[in-house]
Amino acid sequence: MLTKRIIPCLDIKEGRTVKGTNFVDLRDAGDPVELGALYAEQGADELVFLDITATVDNRKTLVNLVREVARHVNIPFTVGGGISSIEDVSALLNAGADKVSINSSAVRRPELVDELALQFGSQCIIVAIDTRFVDGNDWVHTHGGRKITEIQTMAWAKEVESRGAGEILLTSMDADGTKAGFANDLTSRVSAQSSIPIIASGGAGSMEHFYEVFTEGKADAGLAASIFHFKEIEIIELKKYLANKGIPMRI
Amino acid sequence: MEIAIIKYNAGNVQSVMYALDRIGMKYQWTDDEQVIRSADKVIFPGVGEASTAMAYLREKGLDQLIPSLKQPVLATCIGMQLLCRDSEENNTTCMGVFDVPVKRFVSSDLKIPHVGWNSIQAQGENILMEGLKKEEYVYFVHSFYAPVNPYTTATCDYVQPFSAMLQKDNFYAAQFHAEISGMAGQKIIQNFLAL
Repeated sequence: MLTKRIIPCLDIKEGRTVKGTNFVDLRDAGDPVELGALYAEQGADELVFLDITATVDNRKTLVNLVREVARHVNIPFTVGGGISSIEDVSALLNAGADKVSINSSAVRRPELVDELALQFGSQCIIVAIDTRFVDGNDWVHTHGGRKITEIQTMAWAKEVESRGAGEILLTSMDADGTKAGFANDLTSRVSAQSSIPIIASGGAGSMEHFYEVFTEGKADAGLAASIFHFKEIEIIELKKYLANKGIPMRI
Repeated sequence: MEIAIIKYNAGNVQSVMYALDRIGMKYQWTDDEQVIRSADKVIFPGVGEASTAMAYLREKGLDQLIPSLKQPVLATCIGMQLLCRDSEENNTTCMGVFDVPVKRFVSSDLKIPHVGWNSIQAQGENILMEGLKKEEYVYFVHSFYAPVNPYTTATCDYVQPFSAMLQKDNFYAAQFHAEISGMAGQKIIQNFLAL
């Protein structure tokens, strides 16, 4: 049976792992290569590396990091942050990334999704959507959630799928950092209208929250950062808990 | 041991190379007929679209070379589909090592492509799964599948049962990505290299 995926996310700044609350107030949580390999060993189904200070200067550092991760990790991993061209994606995939995640650059120029899907195949193109509930609707945000756009989240999810996205990484900026649970209602609505997998992100604080996002939220994968980095939840314990509650898990 | 990884226009070959690096094996990434013919083991990996890949293989004459190889060959993902008879992906005639069709998943309720970790069950004697449990989890990403057929050595269930692994003579094939399928995938690659 196809299992639900547990995905630790490693936010990267200058080659180190960081994670803050609501994307500010960063704390250092270790070496990404070592941490990634450890998570793989502990049963993570996939890894996401997000370069949160993506600049041209940092590109080479990131590509080198990707190469090191690929040498040490035997599960799929995704790289995101500041990716805006075919050249960026080509460099990361050639360094060994299995998938890339694009966000603001797709909002700026939606054709990028088509171009990347055509060039590299949909299977390696994840579109990350940062969403926030404002004045009665869910709106796509960019710039780490700081900037609102005029695009509604549901419509955008549909559009990126039709343009060739292989998966959607849906981050609720309302839930992110709260540890009060995933945005299950929105996640389930996006999942129901999509024929591609939805990775839910933002708000994980307990094992029960993962159970809820897979049942109520209808997510295909659950992503979290700090609760794993600071060992508030051990991945293997989480997977056993979910398996006991009837969620298909790779154990 | 000489290992040749077939070079063609399919993506994601890099992760196969890293998987070999992790177990300390050397390899050549090549489309040179002599190098491929004289290798002890040949790996035919890749992700991509069937008709584009077949067009490239024909242009390079690799569509004739690959089916004529005598040493153990491991084909993964699109590599496996290209060894089948034909594919519903843009109605492509493939190399026909396995006389089976490749079909498109059709489902009204399940998501397509089939993405993620799914369990495979060894069927009969599956030498590549030696030392593994009868059921193991491996990583899949695909929209097309080979139905269960006489060459099936492992099955997986998504929409309906399909072939996770095939074998005929010296040709071994896996629909999943052994190179990123954790310790189970690593063992399958090691078993292939030990043939």
